[in-house]
Amino acid sequence: MMLIPCPHCGPRAQSEFVYERTVDSVVPLDAPTDEAMTKLFTRNNPRGVDDEIWRHTYGCRAWMVVTRHRVTNEISECRAIGPEALP
Amino acid sequence: MSRYSALSLLRGALNGQRHWQPAWRDPEPKSHYDIIIIGGGGHGLATAYYLAKVHGLKNIAVLEKGWIGGGNTGRNTTIVRSNYRLEPLHNLFEFGLKLWHGLSDELNYNVMFSPRGAMFLGHSDADMVKLAERGDAMRCDGIDADLLTRDQVAKLEPLLDMSRDARFPIQGGLIQRRGGTARHDAVAWGYARGADSLGVDIIQKCEVTGFVRDGDAVVGVETTRGRIGAGRVGICVAGHSGHVAGLAGLKLPVESQTLQAMVTEGVKPMINSVIMSQSLHCYISQSDKGGVVFGGDPDNWPSYAQRGHPMVMEGAVAQGLALVPALSRLRMVRTWSGVTDMSFDGAPIIGETPVRNLFLNGGWCYGGFKATPASGWTYAHTLATGKPHALNAPFSLDRFKRGATIDETGSGPMPNSR
Repeated sequence: MMLIPCPHCGPRAQSEFVYERTVDSVVPLDAPTDEAMTKLFTRNNPRGVDDEIWRHTYGCRAWMVVTRHRVTNEISECRAIGPEALP
Repeated sequence: MSRYSALSLLRGALNGQRHWQPAWRDPEPKSHYDIIIIGGGGHGLATAYYLAKVHGLKNIAVLEKGWIGGGNTGRNTTIVRSNYRLEPLHNLFEFGLKLWHGLSDELNYNVMFSPRGAMFLGHSDADMVKLAERGDAMRCDGIDADLLTRDQVAKLEPLLDMSRDARFPIQGGLIQRRGGTARHDAVAWGYARGADSLGVDIIQKCEVTGFVRDGDAVVGVETTRGRIGAGRVGICVAGHSGHVAGLAGLKLPVESQTLQAMVTEGVKPMINSVIMSQSLHCYISQSDKGGVVFGGDPDNWPSYAQRGHPMVMEGAVAQGLALVPALSRLRMVRTWSGVTDMSFDGAPIIGETPVRNLFLNGGWCYGGFKATPASGWTYAHTLATGKPHALNAPFSLDRFKRGATIDETGSGPMPNSR
């Protein structure tokens, strides 16, 4: 199990969190069809680091961006979500 | 390549079994192949086998970064079935199931295919309606499916908790009697031996690190063992499709997730069929060695780590114990996990890519092992002719753009939709 450093609650067990999607796959409301399709149906899916949106569902319920390595599970950053995190 | 037979065993017995030869060669890569298949798992090896056997092609290589069958082929729960609701899915898997029934003879290699029956459990009225619908859809295409009553399920699997106050009450089931299990390693080894004897070069410890491009076409691959030219290149690395296709600049409708499985100590026969529940998500079968094999949900977040998290394992085991309480007396001896391609409609992708001469076979989600023969057969057709076989035509990569997804569960554009 991973220990996710929630920016509001501090380090918490992963079982309190739910994974949502990657930051770059959030579809802006005014996205043209092509962009919306790409974001809805494809992922970069790197064998390395990606920015992911997680929710502390069974804790403070806040959304956050977790920068995580997909092989080692190392979390290099976890920041509160805000307008700057979304496209 | 000498054929395996009872006679050869007997002859071997007379001279201390000294007649055994390596089952395939260990060749150096040539500078150019007509077709290169990236990925030496069951699917890649089956593709190479059928390319040589059915299409008569000779100059073929399979490149494997580790050792053959060391990825998902050796990490699944060995279940074979074709009980899907949607026509393109059950037709593809049924074609495979028919090949499974003759596979040991075809390959002259015992893949230990055991059609012991694959059964879905129904836990509610709604479940039974869904199972009936699925069974009807299958029977419309001539695929066997029998709806079972509660008593029939209890008779087939006496150790299921059939009591009225069970955690997951059982109302009935849907069984595909021609489904079952096979020995996963033997499938890779059998296809490897068959392909090798037909002239295919199987090159292990050879990781593809890039593609050689000529304009909009791929003309070869860069590997850890040097550059190798190719007429056509087929990606066949499910689990790592996103990574390898990414080397060619493609972004796929795939997210990689870890799927775990586990096995108990060996015991006398206690599970007769393959027990699956789709309302929970749990599948239980007993290997011929006696170990009870469990599988459950994937770790539901992206991962390329070939190891799982205990909290997910616990979920699968809790479901298994609720269904078959006797399992609580067994010790778990091994757990493992593989990286799976979760596609965005739950169906595989087999076909061409936007890059000329580059083809893709991936997106197998939970269900790649059972498709091994069908996947190899249709992918071989696609690689040999440049065009899809009728069975894999619906599984093209561009179906997402065309709005023609094959969404068995109707759950929309998310990976791991079920």
